[in-house]
Order: sequence, then C-alpha cells, then structure tokens
Amino acid sequence: MLEAKKIYENPYMPEKARIVRKYDLTEDVRFFQIRVINPDLVLPLTSSYKPGQFMMLSIPNVGEAPFSITSTPSRPGLFEFCIRKVGKLTTKLFELKENSVVWLRGPFGNGFPVEQMVGKDLLFVAGGLGVAPLRSLLLYALDNRELFGKIFYLHGARTPKDMLFREEFFRLKERDDFECYLSVDSDPLGVWPFDIGVVTDLFKYVKVNATNTAAVVCGPPVMYKFVVNKFLELGVPDNQIFMTLERKMKCGMGKCGQCVVGHKYVCVDGPVFTLWDVKNIRGLI
Amino acid sequence: MRVLKLKKGDFVLFLKSLKRFGELWGPVKKGDSYVYARAEPENFDLKAIRTIIPAKKFFLPKKSTILKFKNNEWREHQEVVNRVIFGLHPCEIHALNIYYKFYSRLYPDTYYLKNREANLIIGLSCIPDDKCFCANTRTSVVDEGFDLFLTDLGDKFLVWIGSPKGEIAIRHVGHLFETVTAEDMEDYIKWRKERDESFQLKIPLEGMPEIVSFSYESSIWDVMGEACLSCGTCTMVCPTCTCFDIQDVYDIKAEEMNRERLWYSCVYREYSMVAGGHNFREARSERLKLWYTHKLVGFMSEYGSPACVGCGRCIVSCPVEINILTVVKALKKEKTGAFWERMEVKNA
Repeated sequence: MLEAKKIYENPYMPEKARIVRKYDLTEDVRFFQIRVINPDLVLPLTSSYKPGQFMMLSIPNVGEAPFSITSTPSRPGLFEFCIRKVGKLTTKLFELKENSVVWLRGPFGNGFPVEQMVGKDLLFVAGGLGVAPLRSLLLYALDNRELFGKIFYLHGARTPKDMLFREEFFRLKERDDFECYLSVDSDPLGVWPFDIGVVTDLFKYVKVNATNTAAVVCGPPVMYKFVVNKFLELGVPDNQIFMTLERKMKCGMGKCGQCVVGHKYVCVDGPVFTLWDVKNIRGLI
Repeated sequence: MRVLKLKKGDFVLFLKSLKRFGELWGPVKKGDSYVYARAEPENFDLKAIRTIIPAKKFFLPKKSTILKFKNNEWREHQEVVNRVIFGLHPCEIHALNIYYKFYSRLYPDTYYLKNREANLIIGLSCIPDDKCFCANTRTSVVDEGFDLFLTDLGDKFLVWIGSPKGEIAIRHVGHLFETVTAEDMEDYIKWRKERDESFQLKIPLEGMPEIVSFSYESSIWDVMGEACLSCGTCTMVCPTCTCFDIQDVYDIKAEEMNRERLWYSCVYREYSMVAGGHNFREARSERLKLWYTHKLVGFMSEYGSPACVGCGRCIVSCPVEINILTVVKALKKEKTGAFWERMEVKNA
C-alpha cells in the first residue's frame, strides 16, 4: 500500500494539506475540514484510519501537536478536526484562513476496537471537547447501523452556548434508529429544550444489555470517575469500558517518550484504553 | 562465532587499516574522565572505563536536524557519518542493542537505522571499577550487537568476529591475525575469572520489578523528589535513555526552518505538560518515579529485561546522589550510602 510504504520511508515527514473549510463551533472551539493535497494519498489516508485515532498537525516554525480525528473513515475525502484555542500552535491555527496550507502526519494511535464492538449495544458519554473522538465513532456506527445493537448517545455541555456540533446533534436526535440525549449543566438564558443537569443524570434513559455493551467515555478528567461508576452500576464489564486519553506527544510513534505512562506509550498503545488498563496501569488517569 | 588472535604490537596498525570504513573514534582521557573522541589509535586509552556521554550520541545525536522547510516544501535532512567506533564495553553494546530494539520496532526510525548501519562497532573488554555493576544486570558478557570484539589479555588481543562486516574488516589485513590456540583460551578463561572476581559494587537487582511496583506509594520518592534538582543529568548520561524533543528552529542565514530533534529528559518540568498548562507530573517525585519505574519495570514488561546495563554513569554523575544504587537500596529498605548521609546532614 502506498501509505504503508510512505510511513516506512520516513515517518517524520509531514504531508501537505489544505484547510478546505472552517467555522466556529463555540467561542474558542473551531471545526476544521482538511484535505491532503497529494491526490494519490487522499483516499488511502482518509478511508483507512480508525475512529479514535489522531493526526499530528503542524505549522512550520510554530510546532506540531496531536489532534483527534473527528470525522469517520466511512465518509472519506476529508479529515475533520475540532480544535480548542489553548496554546501556541492552536492560536496560530486559528489565524489561518481557508485554503491555507497545514501539514499532517499519521494517523497514529490504536483507535477504538471497532471489530470488537460489532454486534454489541453502544453507549457513548461525551462531555465538552470529548465529543471530538466520539463523534468519529458515533458517525461510523450510524453509517454501519446494522452492524451494531442499540445505540445510546449522551452528551453534556456546560451551557447551550458551549455545546459543540449543536445543530448536527439536534438533527441526529430526529433519527429514530438510535437514542440521543443532550444536556447542559446550566441554562442561564432559558433556551434549552432538553435536559438540564449533569451528564450522569441522562443514565436514567439508558436501557442496554449491559454485559453485551461497549461503553465509551471521553470528556474532562473530572467526568471520568462519575461516568465510569455509572457504567459499572449498569453492569458493563471493565474490559468493555473504553476511554480515550490526552498526553503531550512529539512523535506519535512510541519514540519520543513524552506520553509514557508505566510501560505504555499513549501514542501507540493508546489513546484508547479500557477500564481494565486504567485499573492496572498506575497514572493513566 | 570465530575467534582470532591479534598481537598487541599490531593493534595500532590494525585500527589504522580500518580508516577506510570511516572516521576513527575511541575513548580518550579528558581530565579525570574519558570521552569518545576522533583520534589516532595511539591516543586511545585501552584502560578506559565509562565515558562521560555514552555511545548513544553517535546514533541519536544530542541535537540533529531531521527535516528542513524552505519554499513551502519539507525536505528530509540527515547527515550520515561513516565511523569506526572503538572501545565499547559490553554494557555499552547491550545498551546499543536495547536502543536498536526500541528504535526499530513499530515505526522504524530511519535516522537511527541509517546511522547504525554506517558505523563499525568494535568492542573492548574492561576491568570493572568501584562503580560498575554489570554482573548484577547480566550485561558483563556480550554475544551480539558488535562487528568485532577485542579482549585484552596483556600481550595479545582475542578478537571475536560478530558480523560479516567485521569479517571483511579483518580479511583486508588478514596477515595480522593468527589462529587461537588452546593456550590462548586458557589465558582467556583465567582473565574471565579474574575479571568476574574484581567487581566491588553489588547492587541487588533481584525482584526489582515487583518491589518497584509495590513501592508506588512509598514515601521514599517524596524524600528523593525533595533532593532532586531536575537537572536531567541522569537521563543524558544514561546509555538506555531514548526520549527526545522536537522543535522548529528558524535559521535566519539560510532562510529556512529546521525541525530539530534534541535529547530530552523526563525529569524536566515541561515533560508531561500539555497545552493549556495542565501538567500530568507536576511533582519532582512523580517524574523521578517515572524514570525508575520505566527503567526497572516498564522495560521489563516490553522487552523482558530491565533498561539498566550497570555502567554506573548515574552513580558518577548525579550531583545529589540519587542513582540506581540509592534507589534500589532504599526500596529494599536499606538507608545507607552517600545520599542518606547527605540527608542526615541536611536534616541535622
């Protein structure tokens, strides 16, 4: 395969890409659609990754950092990212106009074990920016709807203003082949039509066959403990509870060592870990 | 593996003949220590013990440009230097083997591999000093990872040939080498016995993975974290430390941008800090613990052996005596040695 050959040649070499479209999701989070320029690489790259994998995005002279892919390989052609303005690189990225060149490397990471999830009920819990990798898996599951059992998607945001992909999820909520529940912690303007409260309150709607469920959580660190407890209360086995983690990474290939936890390199052994891993490897969460 | 004999008088002649493989590098005395330097074979110190910086500097340079960016295009950049590196002790070669395993797995690192291929590695036997403990890490003997290995038996060397490249190096000056006799082998066995008996330092590494795992919450780490200066010396001199950082540096003269790879250290504060300022390992004790758990447990799970080769560089280099000896002893509940003496003075 072209892609594999390229990786062997020099995995540090970034691939030229272009920002096709961008728009703000909230005040500080922007959605980017990025297309690899080399026409021979567009399809191999955008159709072969796994939900939950990440790309190293770089701007020369500024730096390189890992970002979750928020698009799904079942809709190839573009890479989509959902990026919060938080550091040096992202600040520069927010200054770029559409059609600007950025550089991509990857995809890297283990991604979600989609093959293991086939035939199971899926339960997603996303909080804040945690929606980025989960949207990839959710869209993948919806595009291959008949491969999975029931699908429950729970999404929490601080306020209606902070909710990412608002319109997209409002539209998805209309679909009758999966259950989508959205909540906000507080609604100062009184405009939110759905639940108000913490995301764990939405578990009252969940009706899954717990032992045959893959439960996935991604969100701010404080959320994990509460959500994982809810999963365990439902009876989901700890090797079917998946979470994706964030670490500093410079290479993405298990070399630079900056993401190491115990004997695991988050960039190659992760970023998706099961609760079993988290219990047995100290320092993951 | 074939073994041949080289007269000590022919040693310089032999090394000079290797210059056609590349630059000649070997251990040379510098102050009280040794360094790998480019020199004539007459200047190499056959009695050299550990160098300040290990031989990893040849394969993963302290700082190297991996990519260059000019006119909106990235270009691969690598300076491969052909070298003959003489005087690597068994611990060093074991460390290079760990490096090789690490850098050739998953995504093979082209920069490392090309450098490794370009070098001819000539090992040299050594007599341990009071800071060597390779007998405890089982790295005092080496079977692979070198092209040639020389054992110094006083008036002669026994030369082990470890690769086809090594064989070629010898064939070119074949007349300098003789067949090994039974008498030579007896001399060797005698030398081995003397060498094995000359270890003064014994670090009890047995059971370390388990002990480190169970000592995760131990207060020992806090005591050491308190003393640690986060200077990173231990990681720079460690022959099995592989971590690096990548930075973009603009070169004003050449009007181009260099993407540089630099040695980096897990004991630095910024090591686990992500954008936005969250630090996964804020405390020094956390970072120190990471270093020792990765060496003694993490590597074990991945490669079946600890990532310590017993060279003693951390024992020589750490300014506050936090080293493998102090840590292993402390975890085994023995609070003796320089570090604890220092702490007593401090607390008195």
